[in-house]
Amino acid sequence: MMIESTGQKILRVLLYVFLVIMAAVMLLPFLWMLSASLKQDRDVFTFPIQWIPENPEWSNYSRIWTQIPLLTYIFNTFKLTIIVTLLQLFTSSFAAYAFSKLRFKLRNTLFLGYIATIAVPWQAYMVPQFMMLRGMGLNNTHLAIIILQAFSAFGVFMMKQFYEGVPTELCEAARIDGMTEYGIYAKIMLPLAKPALSTLTIFTFVNTWNDFLGPYIYLTRDSLKTIQLGLRSFIGQYSSEYGLIMAGSVVTMIPVLVVFLSLQKYFVEGVAASGLKG
Amino acid sequence: MNNKKENIPAFTADGLPIDRSIKIVKTKAAKRAEIKLNLIAYSFLAPNFIGFAVFTLVPIVFAFALAFLNWNGNTAMTWAGLDNFRYIFSNEMFLASLRNTFVYTIGTVPLTLVVSLFLAIVLNQKLKGRNFFRTVSFFPYVGSLVAITAVWNMLFNPSMGPINEMLRALGVENPPRWIADNDWAMFTIVLFSIWKYMGYYMVIYLAGLQGINTELYEASSIDGVNTWQKFWYITLPQLKNTTFFILIMLTIQCFKVYDIVYMLAGAGSGALSEATTVLVYEIYNSAFRYWRLGVASAEALVLFAIVLAVTIIQFRLDKE
Repeated sequence: MMIESTGQKILRVLLYVFLVIMAAVMLLPFLWMLSASLKQDRDVFTFPIQWIPENPEWSNYSRIWTQIPLLTYIFNTFKLTIIVTLLQLFTSSFAAYAFSKLRFKLRNTLFLGYIATIAVPWQAYMVPQFMMLRGMGLNNTHLAIIILQAFSAFGVFMMKQFYEGVPTELCEAARIDGMTEYGIYAKIMLPLAKPALSTLTIFTFVNTWNDFLGPYIYLTRDSLKTIQLGLRSFIGQYSSEYGLIMAGSVVTMIPVLVVFLSLQKYFVEGVAASGLKG
Repeated sequence: MNNKKENIPAFTADGLPIDRSIKIVKTKAAKRAEIKLNLIAYSFLAPNFIGFAVFTLVPIVFAFALAFLNWNGNTAMTWAGLDNFRYIFSNEMFLASLRNTFVYTIGTVPLTLVVSLFLAIVLNQKLKGRNFFRTVSFFPYVGSLVAITAVWNMLFNPSMGPINEMLRALGVENPPRWIADNDWAMFTIVLFSIWKYMGYYMVIYLAGLQGINTELYEASSIDGVNTWQKFWYITLPQLKNTTFFILIMLTIQCFKVYDIVYMLAGAGSGALSEATTVLVYEIYNSAFRYWRLGVASAEALVLFAIVLAVTIIQFRLDKE
């Protein structure tokens, strides 16, 4: 153990002060949301802030389900998010295996094509994409949103970067043992790629869950809407129903937070190993 | 990056000359094995590539063509030449959106970069509760966007929000009207973006920091180098690639901003005024409100050109 000098002790205290302030800035809006979700509209803005309401207004949480078809929205969002995440994980980890561990014709050309499109913002081609999907009769279907999100070049790039860190000798040895390429992918690469898969899951889940513009363009029928669209249009119509808005907000936050908290221990490792740091 | 063509060695590793006149004749079996190997590789690619090619590559090509056409989505397309571009560059709202997007980007990128780097360095120290702080700083990034924008709009409500109540309690007589004030609106949006994104870029910086060889610091400690010098001469140069990566990602992300602005500034109806309109909002409006798809594509090409230019400039600077 090193003995700390007075200067280092002061620095350490300052760091903690800084961290506590930062944590407050990050967390207080969420705590305020939680607190306001249990208040009547006229009490939401009382100052000084009453963090724990005296008479919690639990009815906000039951009323929000009947005010808007929240259950439908949540079901739609879950359905889309889970399908997109599974497709994304499968197609990305599968394609990345070929780019990383197999030699074939056009490998570099194809990979370059993938890289180049990462830099093209989706917003730059969303209009022709919409016209194309509408032409296929996919306007106002969930399939359109799935197609939009499930084949990203980013996922392939990320998984490939991670596989590069897995020694090729491992695959060679398995090949000599007579394992097929599909077997190597499933039995060797996938188990090793847990951090990268977790990171990709967080990214895809969060992005799809929170996506607004995609569903906004494609889903106009109420029974198809996602939670972001549904809650947003409720806010647009009843902007002074503060308690209800906050209750709805808390509900929409829970699934992403659960996914994030359950996978976050792999997260920094995953970001580091996938070369996302550049 | 090396642009020079690599010279193919004329000798093998054993020092024997390579005779290029000899062509390796492949046996039928070898050819068949190679074809099989290619097919296996393509089978791995197919699920992603087919989706990617049909739904991403094709629309990108289509977008370029559409910018030079008139089309409302129903009747036949007609040739427009450069008319769409002439139109958008004389359109006040489009020019305003261009201005606002630049202001937003210039405001957000440097501040987010500095804050997230600082946060990462602090959270890379051996401190108690480090994991708690790391997790917490990621909340704004994963938090559902409608929810957190709704909270911000209430917190920053000009007349009753707690932020302004606090400022008044501290003696500020006329606190800013934030998003409701044309002069403060963009600033408020920048503030929100930094809050939302700093945790995310902090994680990337953290990954970068953990990749730095600790021997560098140990060696410098022996030489009596102080903390500031360590940061300036070891940490910062070692993080150069990370910073470069974040700079590009962040800039692209800023130029395509839409939902944050829409939800913070587009009260009720979601309509954005000249003070807050951004590029993607104009693209959306041209396409899905006015059905001027050629105009929308021209605007989209401007977005694409900016992103491309920024990326190329940053690559150039990185090379120097």
